[in-house]
Amino acid sequence: MPESSERGALTEAVFYILLSLYTAMHGYAIMQNVKDLSHGRVELGAGTLYGAINTLLEKNWIRAIEGEEGSRRKEYEITELGKTVIQGELIRLEELIANGKRIAGGESK
Amino acid sequence: MKHVVRKLFWDFEKEEQWLNEMSAKGLALSSYSWCKYVFTDSSKNEYTYRIELLDNVPTHPESMAYLKFLEENGVECVSSYVRWIYLRKKSSEGAFDIYTDLESKIKHFKRINTLWNSVMWLEFIVGLANILIGLTNYFTSSNSISLVNVILGGLLILLGLVFFRAGAPIRKKIKKLQQENLIRE
Repeated sequence: MPESSERGALTEAVFYILLSLYTAMHGYAIMQNVKDLSHGRVELGAGTLYGAINTLLEKNWIRAIEGEEGSRRKEYEITELGKTVIQGELIRLEELIANGKRIAGGESK
Repeated sequence: MKHVVRKLFWDFEKEEQWLNEMSAKGLALSSYSWCKYVFTDSSKNEYTYRIELLDNVPTHPESMAYLKFLEENGVECVSSYVRWIYLRKKSSEGAFDIYTDLESKIKHFKRINTLWNSVMWLEFIVGLANILIGLTNYFTSSNSISLVNVILGGLLILLGLVFFRAGAPIRKKIKKLQQENLIRE
């Protein structure tokens, strides 16, 4: 499990970047994928994505792998540690949704 | 055809807005050096421009890795000036922002604030030193050259105040974003 200081919520950008990297991909593909996953709602800026990738690499939640032959773009994929983080986040999000639906969900607008 | 425009901006966001207005008219920035903008003809609104302040000069390995990443994402670095870079992306490829979440926006604004603060303090310190040297010289040897020191010092202090003023919108932005960051991402 992550350290207690790391049990806070993931940012939306980090959550979607980690999800994207269950399949290895390079930066530009991550941006496209996040946009698709969120139906166009989340558009990652290149600077924000770059900063997040570097932080995730440092934390060992993702790793860089050699891209395809002929392509000099670096590809990334999620690590086991990163997957543990996502599982933890899913539990947290489920709690939020369950409580939200139970208390506010039945109300009409 | 090349068009040269000389203009001075204190606020990089206003500068960015102006570059995009020029781009909308079919004038695409192709190079920048101090207060000198060179535009080349393009189709109307071909590019969206953004300005960023890097952590290091563009030739630093970390900056080069970042610029390469941008390039892979269809972002072209048109020009650089010290640590400032002028970026553009084809408008047809959709919205173009460098920083899209509060945290990275705050970090960028803080970088700019630190730059203006350092320049401001440098002007103040050198300005004050000049005034002190001038006054000391004047009272000890009544050297008329010391008056030059006092005037120069005064001008530097004024310049420092200009940079203090330049930092005002940035500080305001940081405060607003930090407040927002307390309740949402």
